[in-house]
Amino acid sequence: MTLAKPLPPVDAQSRPYWEACNQGRLTLQRCDGCGHVQHYRRIVCTHCGTDKLTDVDASGAGTVRSFTVIRRAVSSAFDANVPYVVALIELAEGPTVMSNLIESPLEAIHIGAPVQLMFERRSEDINVPQFKLREGKS
Amino acid sequence: MGLRGSTAIIGAYDTKVGKIPDRSATALCVEAALGAIADAGLKLSDVDGLVTCNSMAQPYMYHAEAVAEYLGIRPRYCATAAAGGGATFTVLYQAALAIDAGICDTVVIAMADSLRSGLSREAAMIMQSSTGHAQYETPYGATVPGYYALIAQAYLHAYGAKPEHFASVAVSGRQHACLNPTAEMQKPINIEDVLASRLIADPLRLLDCSLVSDGGAAVVLTRADRASHQPHKPVYLLGAGEGRGHEHISQVASLIHSSAAQSGERAYAMARLKPADIDFAQVYDCFTPVVLIEMEDLGFCGNGEAGDFFLRGDGGPGGRLPINTHGGLLSHSHPGNPGSMFALTESVQQLRGGQGARQVKDANVGLVHAQGGILSSHCTVILGTEVAL
Ligand SMILES: [Zn+2]
Repeated sequence: MTLAKPLPPVDAQSRPYWEACNQGRLTLQRCDGCGHVQHYRRIVCTHCGTDKLTDVDASGAGTVRSFTVIRRAVSSAFDANVPYVVALIELAEGPTVMSNLIESPLEAIHIGAPVQLMFERRSEDINVPQFKLREGKS
Repeated sequence: MGLRGSTAIIGAYDTKVGKIPDRSATALCVEAALGAIADAGLKLSDVDGLVTCNSMAQPYMYHAEAVAEYLGIRPRYCATAAAGGGATFTVLYQAALAIDAGICDTVVIAMADSLRSGLSREAAMIMQSSTGHAQYETPYGATVPGYYALIAQAYLHAYGAKPEHFASVAVSGRQHACLNPTAEMQKPINIEDVLASRLIADPLRLLDCSLVSDGGAAVVLTRADRASHQPHKPVYLLGAGEGRGHEHISQVASLIHSSAAQSGERAYAMARLKPADIDFAQVYDCFTPVVLIEMEDLGFCGNGEAGDFFLRGDGGPGGRLPINTHGGLLSHSHPGNPGSMFALTESVQQLRGGQGARQVKDANVGLVHAQGGILSSHCTVILGTEVAL
C-alpha cells in the first residue's frame, strides 16, 4: 500500500496561513509593537511578548540556508520523488522555513543560492509552499 | 551543600542489544530494572522510585506506572520520560533532585524499546520522523537523517570541513565497540569504508548514521550516605545541567552551535570542574556531525577543530580523551529513546574500573552528554569516583 503525502493538521491559529497559501500567498507575522517578523503563526510575539500581530505577505525571495538530498524516502508516499531535496530557506524578511527545492538541478544547489517561492497543490484545501532555484543566478 | 555528590549510582545493567525478538519492549525494561537492582545488591522492596521512558513499539499512556504494576511495586516517586536522548539525563537529574529533597531514597531508572523487532521498518521511520513539526516540516518528507543532514551540510560549509571528518567519528566509535563484546558491531571499519557506504541524506552516509536496535538498560540511584555498603564502588553524580534552544530544526538559531554550550557550562559549574578535568566522555552520536558540534560546544575542542581531533585518534581507545567507550549509538546500539542509557551504564562501569581492554586508565571523572529532538534539548551529567568528591 502506498501512503498519501502528509497534509498539515490545520488548527485555529494556522488556518489563516493555510488559507493564504491556498490563494498562492506565503504569509509571515509582523509584530505591531516591535516590528519583529516571525514564522510560524502564533498568538505571541517571540521578541517582545505582545499579542498584537499582523499577517503580511512574504516577497517569496530567499536563499538556501542548508539543504540535503534525501536518498531513502521517509515513507512510500515519497518513494516516487527520490532523490528529493529538503532545505531550510532563509526568507528575505528574516525567518527561516523548511521546504523542498523542486524543479532545480541537484548539482546547482548550494548554501547561499537564491531561491523563489512556488506552490505544490496537495488537496483542494492545501497548497504547500515550495521553492526552486532562481533562474539565471547561482 | 547542594546536589554535588549527594547521590550515587550503585547499580547498572544492560540487556542484550541488537535483534531480540523473544522479549517485548516491556519485558526488556523489566529485565533491565531487575538486573540493575540485583547489581546494586538490593531487593525490589528497597526501591521507592521508578523512572522509565515510553516505548514506541509498546507504548502505555502511563508507562512507568505500567512497569511498576508489572514489577508489583508501589513507588513513591514515579515518572515517565516522554522522549529519549537528553531526556534520559534530565530524568536522572530530576531523580537526584527528588532524592536530595527527601521525596524518595532509591530510584531505578529503566528504559528499553524494540525498534528493530517490535515495529516495521517503515513504521519506525515514520514514528521517528514525527519529531518534525506536523504543519511546517513533516509535509516535506524529511527523514531523521535528513533533518540532521541539514546540520551536517552547514558544518561542512562553515568550517570547510570534509566528509572524512564525519567518517573519523564513526571509525573511532567502531574501534571502541571492537573492544566491547556487548556492542552490536564488532567488525573494524576505516575512513574509506564510511565514505564508500551509500548516501542516505547528503552528506550523511549509512555509516554516519546510528543503528536501529532492540535493547534496554537501567541504573539504581540512591542517597550518597546509603551508597557505601553495596557490592560496587559508588559512582557519584557531581554535576548536571540542561540547555534548550529550539524544538523544530526550522526554528534553530544556529546550525553549527547548540545548547550543549549552556548544559555543559551548568554541569561544569555544579561539579566545580572544567573540560580538562574529564577523563572520558560519552557524547551523543545519533549521527557523526552531532558529535563534532557537541565536542566543540562542551569545550573539548575549538570551533571547527573536532574533526581533526577524531582524525588524529584523540577520541579513540587510549586517546587523549576517549569518546563513547562502549561504541556509542553508532556501533554499540540505538534502541531509540533508551539509547543514551548505555552511555550512562558504560560510564558507571568505567568509573568502577576493571573493564579489560577498553578500560580508560585512571578514570575518575566521566562526562555524559545527550540531546533530543534535532540538536534541540541538551543535558550534560558529570560523574565521578570517591577520589573526585
Ligand atoms: Zn514584538
